[in-house]
Amino acid sequence: MPAGLNINFYAVMPEILVTALALIVLILDFFIRKNKAALGWVSIVGLLCILPVAAYTNEPYPVFGGTVIADSFSAFFNVIFIIAAIFSILISMDYLKKIGVDRGEYYHIILFATVGMMVMGAANDLINVYVGLELMALSFYILVAYRVTSARSVEGALKYFVLGALSSGILLYGMSFTYGAAGSTNFMEIAAELGKGDNTYLTLGIILMAAGFGFKIAAFPFHLWAPDVYEGAPTPVTALLSVGSKAAAFAAFLRVFTAAFPAFQADWSSMLWVVSAATMIFGAVVAISQKNIVRMLAYSSIAHAGIIMIGLLAFNDTGLSGVAYYLLVYAFMNMGAFTIVALFRNKGRFENIDEYRGLASTRPLLAFLMALFLLSLAGIPPTGGFAAKFFVLSAAIDAKYYWLASIGVVSTAISLFFYAKVIFYMYMRDPEPGAEIAPSSGVIYNIVLFCTAIGTVLLGVYPAPFIDMAIRAVRPLLM
Amino acid sequence: MIENALGIPILSILILIPLLGAGALFFFPNGQKEAIRSTAFGVALVNFVISLILLLYFDSSTYKMQFVEKAAWIPGIGVEYFLGMDGISLLLVLLTTFTSSIAILASWSAIEERVKEYMIHLLILEAGMIGVFVALDMILFFVFWEIGLIPMFFLIGVWGGPRKLYANIKFFLYTLFGSVFMLVGILALYYAHGSATGEYTFNLLKLYEVSYPYNLQWWVFLTFFLGFAIKVPVFPFHTWLPDAHVEAPTAGSVILAAVLLKMGTYGFVRFNLPLLADASRAFTPFILVLAVIGIVYGAFLAMAQKDIKKLVAYSSVSHLGAVMAGLFALNQQGIDGGVLQMINHGISTGGLFLVIGMIYERRHTRLISDFGGIAKVMPVYSALVLIIVFSSIGLPGTNGFIGEILILMGLFKMSALATVFAATGVILGAAYMLWMTQRVVFGKITKRENLDLKDINAREVLTLLPIIGLILWIGIYPKHFLSLSSASTARIAEIVERNAPKTERVVHAESAAHAEGAAHVEPAAQHADAHAPVHAEAHGGTH
Repeated sequence: MPAGLNINFYAVMPEILVTALALIVLILDFFIRKNKAALGWVSIVGLLCILPVAAYTNEPYPVFGGTVIADSFSAFFNVIFIIAAIFSILISMDYLKKIGVDRGEYYHIILFATVGMMVMGAANDLINVYVGLELMALSFYILVAYRVTSARSVEGALKYFVLGALSSGILLYGMSFTYGAAGSTNFMEIAAELGKGDNTYLTLGIILMAAGFGFKIAAFPFHLWAPDVYEGAPTPVTALLSVGSKAAAFAAFLRVFTAAFPAFQADWSSMLWVVSAATMIFGAVVAISQKNIVRMLAYSSIAHAGIIMIGLLAFNDTGLSGVAYYLLVYAFMNMGAFTIVALFRNKGRFENIDEYRGLASTRPLLAFLMALFLLSLAGIPPTGGFAAKFFVLSAAIDAKYYWLASIGVVSTAISLFFYAKVIFYMYMRDPEPGAEIAPSSGVIYNIVLFCTAIGTVLLGVYPAPFIDMAIRAVRPLLM
Repeated sequence: MIENALGIPILSILILIPLLGAGALFFFPNGQKEAIRSTAFGVALVNFVISLILLLYFDSSTYKMQFVEKAAWIPGIGVEYFLGMDGISLLLVLLTTFTSSIAILASWSAIEERVKEYMIHLLILEAGMIGVFVALDMILFFVFWEIGLIPMFFLIGVWGGPRKLYANIKFFLYTLFGSVFMLVGILALYYAHGSATGEYTFNLLKLYEVSYPYNLQWWVFLTFFLGFAIKVPVFPFHTWLPDAHVEAPTAGSVILAAVLLKMGTYGFVRFNLPLLADASRAFTPFILVLAVIGIVYGAFLAMAQKDIKKLVAYSSVSHLGAVMAGLFALNQQGIDGGVLQMINHGISTGGLFLVIGMIYERRHTRLISDFGGIAKVMPVYSALVLIIVFSSIGLPGTNGFIGEILILMGLFKMSALATVFAATGVILGAAYMLWMTQRVVFGKITKRENLDLKDINAREVLTLLPIIGLILWIGIYPKHFLSLSSASTARIAEIVERNAPKTERVVHAESAAHAEGAAHVEPAAQHADAHAPVHAEAHGGTH
């Protein structure tokens, strides 16, 4: 560990800039009285300007007394967070007007949530992981409750808050055990302490921290909040929650378990094996019976979390880069799917899968895109979802987790059933006579859909450069 | 990197033309149905002509891959865009381009709703199928394999019959379930090859060169078997097929029967046999049992059907059981017969679904009991139906005979018992087919509606004539077709039968095997009419 604090503001520049942007939006909120969507545009333009900074910040040594590390790994995830935030804000502007809560603080809360995610991705110290996680979680507690008039939204938020607070407590408990056993909160120092003397408390710490992260990624059996919260929250928030929050939790999960506990890999992988297998099967099976598309996507996101965990378990080059790549693809395909769901909800509809019947004849392009996103989620080539699943499974085979890989493909096959169900409704059922025609997508929606669709296809057809990026991103973890 | 006599990436062009055609159709206005149909047919026809050009430049004296194209796709993990074809691929690509053109012709008047999307799906399907047969990279193969699934899903789901949703879910889930396991097998092979040679690649030709440990082969064989056997379909996995066939529109049935099922048997011949030779030999008794059960059970089920389309669907189960039996005879005659029978089944069953589609368009029923005596009102139709039925039965002089006799000859060397059971399939086939023909085509007209049925028009005759032509051509002079693939089948038989070293072999052995293969075929063809069964037995006995 280099002596001294090693203060380097350049390393945390992305976080500083997004925080500054959030503060600017916060202040502008006082001056812009009528058109709150303008704040959304300010946020988007700001984030777009920060994106290259975040992507190119690469200071591969710990700074600020070893608590922060802005390496290629955090840069890769920062890009995911910022992209997810941009898409989410884009679909929010119209959405908030429609649900009648067009208020300015929404935008800077999203930005603060983004900062929280970025802090998690760049943390090299348990304290920083916790601070980032809490910043993100507190922002989301507010955002989930944003449809103040809806009982479901408040219910979801309350559930999220209570369970989230509990899981934070568990995570913190695990961290304190780890600190007690290793005498440090710094990942590298923990890793150096491993294996010396009695490891009982360290093991306990690892188990509790896995539970804490398991909650954030909605892994079985810590998934219970996800369907209710996803359903209750405003759809753009659900999208950000399922993409950004999950990616951030995985980033921290990966960093903690690879940087701090590599010597315990055999122990934690046998524990996570069971969690991963149960998550994949549970998510896919329960999703089949869902009638509400958001709940279905919630269970599908649970199943995806299980599959992504395979990459962490494999603990090799391909696996860890597979996790990063998967989350990148997931940001595009899941955002795309939720964008269409958000579009549907605008008109005060519920989100029963039934409402998608005949979409192919009333809105062919929308139906086509929805089918594309769903097929990608199902992992059908040549979409990004296939490439992502392929890497994760490939890593599992490489690490000789044959059974886990088999469970993964079974889960994939099961999941196809419910994704295909939506496609059935869109293409193979006629629209109900007299039913309200699906809303037309505005320019903003079209931009989001276009970008996410391009991303979904490109990451499947020409994945080479992005995989190289993902491999570079995880290189610091395996050193 | 392109290696062929033409100097152009002709296989990519074959895949791209239907895709570009589909893209162009996207911009057509929905109302212009005639223009959409003609364009789609034009695209398919152009593709067929291009595939015929392949024939001119194809060198049938070698088993080596030809028209090879190679480019890096995902270099980090050794995935390549790697296309190439040998004789087996060539036959199947020809079958694909041919069937696709026919399928579009056949949908001319049958499809009136959402014509544009229909044609787009058909063309994408064609591209996917060609891709499957020419891909030489395992991942590329898998991608094409799955791409073929989606248009078929829509073809059955949107334009299908009354129980289309059920049939479609079954079809989709069955096939996907099988293929995801295949992916695990591919990956296992990839890492085994990587750890053995240090080179991580999905390049099929490089994967061929390594002998894998038996234990690994066994498991990989099982995963591939699941993927391919469901597609074929081999006996216990066949239940999706009748449902999918009955509900699919005519063109969908034609393509399903003629080409999609062959993707499964092609998978066995291209991957299981040469890649996993030890496991193939170990699994042979198991697969022969399943194949024979398929032959007999499928035939009995066909006999009991009331719906003509279902009857033909079950006959497919029976015929493909025979193909499997031929392939797993593990000798050149058997594999030759299996490959030829893939083509034959494509032609004859495709033809049967076409003629069923024609009568269905007129009467909107497919029940055998609703017909009878239509030879009186539709003489041209009935004559053509008869030829196709003969081909399906395997009457000497038609293509089916050659395929069946080769399969039985090959199978006899492997197992006389299996041959006895497989041969009953031929008899049972004749029974259900002729019985159906008798009830539908001949006899008295019992239903008033059948009295004013119109005979088939020029377009319909034009659709059927090429099929009739091929039936007779292969039936009378099969050497044109067999010689295309004999070098490849000889090579595969050599690997799997004699456990030959997987690297380069001496030229001498190749030419010998070639000559031997040709020698087997010619007498069978010449004596086809008179005493072929005797000949087959005598021939089998000498070995």
